[in-house]
Amino acid sequence: MINSTVTELSAALAAKQVSSVELTRLYLDRIKGLNDRLNAFITVDEKQSLAQALVADERRARGEAGALTGIPIAHKDIFCTKAIRTTCGSRMLAGYASPYDAHVIERFSAAGAVLLGKTNMDEFAMGSSNETSHFGPVRNPWDPARVPGGSSGGSAAAVAARMAPAATGTDTGGSIRQPAALCGVSGLKPTYGVVSRYGMIAFASSLDQGGPIAKSAADLALLMNAMAGFDARDSTSLERPAEDYTRDLNLADAGDAARPLRGLRIGLPKEYFAEGVDADVLGRVRDAVRWFESQGAKTVEITLPNTGLAVPVYYVIAPAEASSNLSRFDGVRYGHRAKEYADLNDMYRRTRAEGFGAEVKRRILIGTYVLSHGYYDAYYLQAQKVRRLIAKDFSEAFARCDLILGPTSPSTAFALGAKTDDPVQMYLNDIFTIPAPLAGLPGLSIPCGFDGKGLPVGLQIMGNYFAEAKILGAAHRYQQATDWHQRAPKELPR
Amino acid sequence: MSLTPDQLQRIAQLARVAVSPDEARGVTDRLNQVLGLIDQLQAVDTTGIEPMAHALDSQLAVQQRLRPDAASEPDQRAEFQAVAPAVEQGLYLVPKVIE
Repeated sequence: MINSTVTELSAALAAKQVSSVELTRLYLDRIKGLNDRLNAFITVDEKQSLAQALVADERRARGEAGALTGIPIAHKDIFCTKAIRTTCGSRMLAGYASPYDAHVIERFSAAGAVLLGKTNMDEFAMGSSNETSHFGPVRNPWDPARVPGGSSGGSAAAVAARMAPAATGTDTGGSIRQPAALCGVSGLKPTYGVVSRYGMIAFASSLDQGGPIAKSAADLALLMNAMAGFDARDSTSLERPAEDYTRDLNLADAGDAARPLRGLRIGLPKEYFAEGVDADVLGRVRDAVRWFESQGAKTVEITLPNTGLAVPVYYVIAPAEASSNLSRFDGVRYGHRAKEYADLNDMYRRTRAEGFGAEVKRRILIGTYVLSHGYYDAYYLQAQKVRRLIAKDFSEAFARCDLILGPTSPSTAFALGAKTDDPVQMYLNDIFTIPAPLAGLPGLSIPCGFDGKGLPVGLQIMGNYFAEAKILGAAHRYQQATDWHQRAPKELPR
Repeated sequence: MSLTPDQLQRIAQLARVAVSPDEARGVTDRLNQVLGLIDQLQAVDTTGIEPMAHALDSQLAVQQRLRPDAASEPDQRAEFQAVAPAVEQGLYLVPKVIE
């Protein structure tokens, strides 16, 4: 049961083979047994979860169940929840009890899903290794001496370790896809504006987007059906007709059973298959590309010439927006307040010095600097212009292909502490995940094999705006022919 | 472009984040590493390129929605004040700012 997909659990619940209370208890026990080792969860409230499971079972008994009714789901601790505290991985919000639920939480709650707990994350989603969390680092279930990636590292580790069948995450520069890759699970960052940001604690508002993490692409589609949709409370939420994200999962073969993907054009950006990427990562990604070719897809070499500028652009725009967003943490309305201070200004300065960790402060300072008088044009405006060049690279590429394939991350999971002394090395690790959010495009990561150390490798599939269903369809077809996504870390008890 | 510890203190004041003299050197060094990274942007020719402020502005005619100018939020003062560090009689308390 612990290795089942959401799709399978949904069928088991419908067939009354298991109740939501039993299923929830199974995962709660699993969390109890593993969380000391992995630190994937910040807060779990067994009583609340079981009470929600009971309500789900009653709803099913009344014949009112949907696909997600009774399914336990873990939420990244960036989504505000009324039921249990929301910390965003920060001392600033260590005791914060949100007066309201995030839109995403409301949607899962309306679908009858059970809130299984709140997952660990880099503080305010700023990090690529989960080492910036105030609540300690998450460990990678494949090798506890290594990082799970970040910032949604707790969610990815929880799914990989079978502590949750699925989880939510947020992606600003790769925070869903990179941890999914490093933990050997599947994760989708939707097109900007598809999932409401209401109640999702803001990091960089022009980039932030919520999305699902699960074991399979089919599960991601199911979760997207619950998460996506217009919400008037988010000014960037898009008013679009509701989509069925599962619609491309079982497309009929394109008239040729031996070559079912005939007609699909896959772009391979030469900048993503270049020096600096681990040989094992390139090897596994190339194996996956060959599989798509064997199914009739046509590959074309493309170029995204401004890829190398994506990391510098991101480290202007994201900190600039963060410095503005995080100004709300002032020790007045919520969160931490310093105990001792001389005056109002000193209260702000000490509160923020104590409440924020080193990386968050670094980004606030960088953001303040690039927005300050005399530097705004040279840094911020220039970064916004180069951002457009990056978006243009993609629009030109998508004139020649339907999907873009490449590695999610240039390396597999690295050792804890390996990059904490050099922020720039840590940042450069996100070179392949940063471009999609800068352009606002959807991207997914699925497992495509292992390196020589037995660590999972992630395959990234990017698509044009609103191509989520197409991306999920291609990923699902690959997962029907391969079993990388079904592999579980051996070290952990079954 | 690189920062001196003095400039750092000015930025830290603007950001309302205290940086102690002990930390200043280390923080300045880290920030200068990051500034070295973002300085690459200076070499890019962006003549005639419009700044991109919204992720979808090149693709969609994204317009800010307007809603009727009517009260839409229920009164949740008690809930909001319950999570504040210091309140009294419905007001948020801050250190004295006017003598």
